[in-house]
Amino acid sequence: MRSFEYARPETEAEALELLSEHGGNTAVLAGGTDLMNLLKRDVIQPARVVDIKSVSSWRGIKPHDGGVMIGANTTLDEINEHAIAADYRSLIDVIDGIRAIQITANGTLAGDLCQLPHCWYFRNGYGLLAMKDGESLVATGDNRYHAILGNSGPAKFVSASRFAPPAIAWNAKVRLVTQTRSVSEGVEAMSVKEEWLPLEYFFLTPKTNSQGVTVLKPGQLITHLWLPAASDTRSATYEVLELNGLDQPQASAACCLGLDGGIVRQAKIVLGHVAPTPWIAHEAAKWLVGQQITSDIAETAGRMALAKATPLSHNDYKVQMAQTAVKRALLKATNQLHETL
Amino acid sequence: MRDLRDESIPQNGSGFNRRDFLRGSGAAVAVTALATSEQGAVAQDAKKSVRTAEPQDITLNVNGKDHKVKVENRVTLLDTLRDDLNHTGCKDVCDTTNCGACTVLIDGKVTYACTRLAVECVGKKITTVESLAANDPVIAGFVKHDAMQCGFCTPGFVMATKAFCDKNPGATLDQVRKGLGGNICRCGTYAGIAACAMELVTKGGK
Amino acid sequence: MATELKVAWGPRKENVYLGKNTLRMDGAEKASGAAKYTADTNPKDCLVAKLLTFKGGAGKVKALDLEPATKVPGVKAVYAFVKVGDDLNWDGSLVAAVAAERQEQAEDGVRAIKFAFDVAAHFVDEDDLATATKLHNDQTADVLKKYPEEVRKLADADKAKLSDDEKKKLAEYQAAMTAASRIKPLGENTKGDVAAALKTAAVVHKGYYGIATISHMCLEPHGAAARFEGNKLNVNLSTQNVSGTAGQFAGPLGMDQADVTVTCLYVGGGFGSKFAADEWGVAAAKMSKETGRPVRLMLDRATELKVAGTRPSGFAEVTIAADKDGKIIAWDSHHWGSNGGLKGGTLNLAQYPYVFQFDNVNRKATGLMTNAGPDRAWRAPPHPQLCALTDTAIDDIAAKLGKSSVDVFLANIDKTNEKLQATYTAEIKRAAELIGWAKKWHPHGKGGAGPVKKGLGMAIHTWGGAAHAATCTVRINPDGSVESLSGTQDIGTGTRTAIAMVLGETFGLPLEAVKVRYGSSVYPRSGPSGGSTTIGGVTGPNRRAALAALGKLFDVVAEKHKVKGESLKAKDGKIWSDGKEVCTWKAACGLLGMMGIETQGEGPKNDGLTSAQVGGVQMADVSVDTETGIVRINQFVAVQDCGLIINEQLAKSQVYGGMIMGIAYSLTEEQILDNKTGRYINADLENYKLPRIGDIGELIVEMYQPDSEYERGVIGLGEPPVIACGAAISNAVANAIGVRVPTIPLTPKRVLDALKAAKA
Repeated sequence: MRSFEYARPETEAEALELLSEHGGNTAVLAGGTDLMNLLKRDVIQPARVVDIKSVSSWRGIKPHDGGVMIGANTTLDEINEHAIAADYRSLIDVIDGIRAIQITANGTLAGDLCQLPHCWYFRNGYGLLAMKDGESLVATGDNRYHAILGNSGPAKFVSASRFAPPAIAWNAKVRLVTQTRSVSEGVEAMSVKEEWLPLEYFFLTPKTNSQGVTVLKPGQLITHLWLPAASDTRSATYEVLELNGLDQPQASAACCLGLDGGIVRQAKIVLGHVAPTPWIAHEAAKWLVGQQITSDIAETAGRMALAKATPLSHNDYKVQMAQTAVKRALLKATNQLHETL
Repeated sequence: MRDLRDESIPQNGSGFNRRDFLRGSGAAVAVTALATSEQGAVAQDAKKSVRTAEPQDITLNVNGKDHKVKVENRVTLLDTLRDDLNHTGCKDVCDTTNCGACTVLIDGKVTYACTRLAVECVGKKITTVESLAANDPVIAGFVKHDAMQCGFCTPGFVMATKAFCDKNPGATLDQVRKGLGGNICRCGTYAGIAACAMELVTKGGK
Repeated sequence: MATELKVAWGPRKENVYLGKNTLRMDGAEKASGAAKYTADTNPKDCLVAKLLTFKGGAGKVKALDLEPATKVPGVKAVYAFVKVGDDLNWDGSLVAAVAAERQEQAEDGVRAIKFAFDVAAHFVDEDDLATATKLHNDQTADVLKKYPEEVRKLADADKAKLSDDEKKKLAEYQAAMTAASRIKPLGENTKGDVAAALKTAAVVHKGYYGIATISHMCLEPHGAAARFEGNKLNVNLSTQNVSGTAGQFAGPLGMDQADVTVTCLYVGGGFGSKFAADEWGVAAAKMSKETGRPVRLMLDRATELKVAGTRPSGFAEVTIAADKDGKIIAWDSHHWGSNGGLKGGTLNLAQYPYVFQFDNVNRKATGLMTNAGPDRAWRAPPHPQLCALTDTAIDDIAAKLGKSSVDVFLANIDKTNEKLQATYTAEIKRAAELIGWAKKWHPHGKGGAGPVKKGLGMAIHTWGGAAHAATCTVRINPDGSVESLSGTQDIGTGTRTAIAMVLGETFGLPLEAVKVRYGSSVYPRSGPSGGSTTIGGVTGPNRRAALAALGKLFDVVAEKHKVKGESLKAKDGKIWSDGKEVCTWKAACGLLGMMGIETQGEGPKNDGLTSAQVGGVQMADVSVDTETGIVRINQFVAVQDCGLIINEQLAKSQVYGGMIMGIAYSLTEEQILDNKTGRYINADLENYKLPRIGDIGELIVEMYQPDSEYERGVIGLGEPPVIACGAAISNAVANAIGVRVPTIPLTPKRVLDALKAAKA
């Protein structure tokens, strides 16, 4: 690791000020899982690491605006052990699949949402888009774990977040804050600019190596995630994990279903690890409305969700995997998933 | 509202003005974006709470005892424990948050020491495998079930097992396997570890 | 006259320790973190070294300037592994090392080094014989074009008569040919008449089989901590070869081997890759010499995966034929693969097909030269690959006949080693009982109606496991304590416990009374721990030395107590004569002078304490999710013979370990070399996937232990249980889904790709 400054603020204002300095070339440290890996691999070189774990207003789960608000410092274990766990099953499905107490004890939702791609070209120093001499290394290289959707541009990695698919399916919003400066009558004043953004608008597909994978601007961060009231929405996430232990999913799907007498009235399906961003399957979800979820219906929805897949040279298999993930998420949400591994 | 075409996430028009992002990009875990230059930065009075990159004296409480060490911010807890404090029970194996050989407790929370900076742990209680008594039931259980071969992953597994069993008395085999999936053994001692953990959770985990 | 004692062990039922479960004696040290490994070496003034490695497929050093690193705060020494103009032939090739006061300073130093290279063409697709052949032909043709025939002919001329100019031209030509080569023919041969046999066959099957390269991936990386004291060098080395590595330091350092001491009390995994001092170990020693400080240099994880040892790949096109009873009557194969290091080797032609000696065989082998780190011995080399490329084909021919593979393996047991046929037969029958084969078996592809299919598979193996050469010293001290000293090591086997049990059994003493010392090259030499040679290697000499010592003790006791030496026995901490207590052990030892007794043991000897050659059978019960490609182990059975068992619990641990490593290479782990960059692209533990505690299913281990095995003496056990796993699991998957997934590991991708290909 290269050297950097370190700060451990206790308030939001202080944290934002610390993050805004060095032109925003600062990194947020919470659970630490991915940040340390990026630093050790020299993929990022922040001038300062801001440890936000002591910002107490960013911890905990509270009712908010008809739903719940989860602070960025809330650990996965804390979420899992909270009363809301019963309502938001699709998030708990992911926590359940992490299978490493060290990660669930320290990891956070916000941290997961901000993970950078695990693309092995990126992590081995070839840049986010892995271009060499104007050519994509991924396109003809070893792309077995890469994107099968949304991959027509230069970005061919897959979004790393495991919680984004279920959270987007829940229509979650994130609270983004940044420090703003105003000068009035020669006096400089700092204030906190707060925005609530639907999570589905948070992720971006970069077109150049200098763009990011989220809308976050220098000095900005997620402080909270908001979920609407669960009411009687059914939800589930299905992740395809090669290992029965700590592992990155090869494909995942999350769904939220509003049912009325067994008939789908509302549906949202979001896939993970198949595209540079979480991938919303709008058509498949729309098609489900008015139907009763059966194995066949779920299978068809899976196929629809992947109908426009454009697999690369070595990852055709992921299409089948992702279809299965969609099918099984739907069946799981409706208590019909029985035989799987 | 935007239309429902299957192009998923909008590439623009999120209401945010995109701005050139990163050299490196937003880091993990609730990240902020990183700027390529000092543009827009306003020189602030350095916060008192900012530790400069130079080596500084810190105090770490390890197994109930305070230790003074002089380290840079970038030094991990793992390296400090091993190199500065000679607590070599936690091992440096993957260095990438995958294998669990460096497992310690921080304020009771089971943690990969390779994901923690030493400075982060100031004011916290760090518990390493060295804190366990010779007759500790977890150690005795590992020996009884021969849950080791070369032994290099074993202390990390002992700490993970201790943390899991203390927290989950009465756990099932499935839960044991799920809980301990953050550790790797290369020699293949999982069967013994599972048997040991099952015995501990059945006894109540203490 | 010294009392002569029988070297052979007594009747099995009279043993106190032998064959019983005894807890690993250094278990608590390991579990508690008290055990100090090489990586844990941390004397007060220790420097830590970090490496600069090449990150690419192939290249040539263009510039290398270490000077800037020496200016970095904390840096005390730099070391170059290469010079300008040197070839860098694989990802991870060592370039330089920097030793500094602290790790982070060493990293700063590495970053400060000015290093540049010219890119050269790389080839890494070790399964792609066609491309390798074409590349080879094109490239070598270019070389031939470039060098006229008179230069080429110089190769056949008398070297002594060549002029300097001719020598230079020849060397250039030969270097160019080497650089252009991508394949190496490794022979072919024929036995019987394959063509004729094929005509009479009831079934003929043509198949393609493969097994990918894996890395040893020792959890404690390779490395050394070197310390000069005056002109003497002490090295803590993470090694399987305590007695054999001192000279490897002495040579490069220009010193006498007698001035080098190698120490290794604990080693964090080796699996066949830690027999040498290695260039990084020598670098640590040289930097220690230069600075006068201890230097610790452990490989980083990526480098450990890339250059510290791999197991070669293997790929085969096989035609196999059987008669209607399942007797295999013909085998025709061409296999290829790479052992990395641009060596162009592959699995030994003579050992393939594996275990079975069929009557009619054609075989051919081709080595590929790939830009990948060189291989090292990996647990049972190269049997796991041979088994995976043989027993899969046998399973496929069984499927084609509609027969259970158990029946087909049994039908061909007469083609195995004559001495093992009865063992194989008994083990197959027992394993089938344990897994419930008769009840669970179904024809291939009939694994259930749902998306998750179940299947059964089996495979068999063999291994030598003879004792290695070793010596030891055994002491009986006047205070009654006993000691064993030898330059052996414990790679996880339980060496300490085994030696203590041998001495405890021989002397009739509790194990706590036995002090076992090893792990230093100053002790009597003992062979390297590899190839399942250690338990036989160390127990034989210790038994012999202990008996010699006991005989001497008995002489003293006999004289003092006026009994016959031949009548004496040591048991329960006492000396007995014809069933009557003579004195306590302690009292007997009190009769010895200040020098006590010291004896030497050596081996192996042909006295029945050890022998060689085991069989072994494994059967797997798996589930395959045909919609995700995921394979999970339900049950995995091993029935294993190994001669006389010293410690049943530790023996079973070896088998469990082999099976779990087997699950790893069968399902998830592999070296992935990216053809675009030439990089070992998954050289980290996120993408180099090892199974976790949830991935092993239920393991059932039974040691095959009729009295006849006890009579055989000790045979090593580390290798056998890791061999048959790949074929057994692959066969179970094929049985479940009715499709052969050709290449191991059977990742979800490979399973789904195979299912899709079968549908097309």
